[in-house]
Amino acid sequence: MTDVGNVQAGTVAAVQVARPHVQVVPVKGLPIVAVMVAFVIAAIAGNWLWALTFCHVAGGGLWTAIDLFVGLVIGPVLRRLSPAARAEFTARFMPAMVLLMPTLVLMTLAAGFQLALDLGNLSPASPNHGWLVASYCVVGVMAVIALGVLSPANITVLFEMRKPVPDTAVIATLMRRFVVTAGITGVMQVATLIIMTRVATQ
Amino acid sequence: MSAGTAAAAPAISRRFPPVAGLATVSLALIIVGGILMASYAPRRPPLGVPVALAVAGGALLVTSGYLASRPRPFAWQRFFLVFRWALLAYAISAGMIGFAFVKDHTRGAPLAVILVMLVIYALDVPLIIAFTVARYATPPAIER
Repeated sequence: MTDVGNVQAGTVAAVQVARPHVQVVPVKGLPIVAVMVAFVIAAIAGNWLWALTFCHVAGGGLWTAIDLFVGLVIGPVLRRLSPAARAEFTARFMPAMVLLMPTLVLMTLAAGFQLALDLGNLSPASPNHGWLVASYCVVGVMAVIALGVLSPANITVLFEMRKPVPDTAVIATLMRRFVVTAGITGVMQVATLIIMTRVATQ
Repeated sequence: MSAGTAAAAPAISRRFPPVAGLATVSLALIIVGGILMASYAPRRPPLGVPVALAVAGGALLVTSGYLASRPRPFAWQRFFLVFRWALLAYAISAGMIGFAFVKDHTRGAPLAVILVMLVIYALDVPLIIAFTVARYATPPAIER
């Protein structure tokens, strides 16, 4: 009985030792975010065509690719992992997403709007006008999902994982919500790809 | 259910007013208003529908703020910790969007409507995040 007790205590201790430290906002990443935001502001202020194109294309490409990859590849893989492996992955993956995704979205949208204005694509006479309004609608739906469901779920999971004894039911519920909404935004990104390639080729 | 019983219940099964849901609808209305206005750029947009959406969004934000103040016990410390940092982040984001509109010579009533929408946006998102985090956090009554 004592041996069993020792083994159980050892297992619990091992699990506790193995639990990674969870930092909700990776502080080391904040200066990079600040530099990127300052770069986008400078690009808009100076109507700097190359920088606006870079921010929109690089930011949008990463945003689309990450959304598709998380929703359609990482999500299904995550569902098949053991709870311990899922917790380990989540503790390292989610904090990066807290900084990365809002920065990419801000870069893409702010630079994209300015670029469309500068290139005349927002003009009602432009053949791209309708496509851009369609892209606003797609982005609008994605923004409501991301800001109303995905991001709060992400941050709540990180806070839950910092507790001495995390509630696995809370984590499971919120991770399911995260993966489903990431899947929806991933699929919506296909619409963005179609629209943006149309805009670029008309 | 008494406050003590409510606090003792598992976080997943505690019932809360639909604060995040209402604030998300408010956010959706603001985004629709923003899309309407942006779809007219660089022309001056008609303001009737965007103003109506901003008013409805603001009313839903105030309602959800009121409902957020009601649950007892509640992890207020956690709520305000998350709210203030999220507010900082989304105030920067809203400020940047506002800057783009000012830079593009949006002036007068359209700019005022956009600024009101941005304020609602900058309050909606922190409220949704902070309330979602705090509703699953352990209230102080349990922590002691």
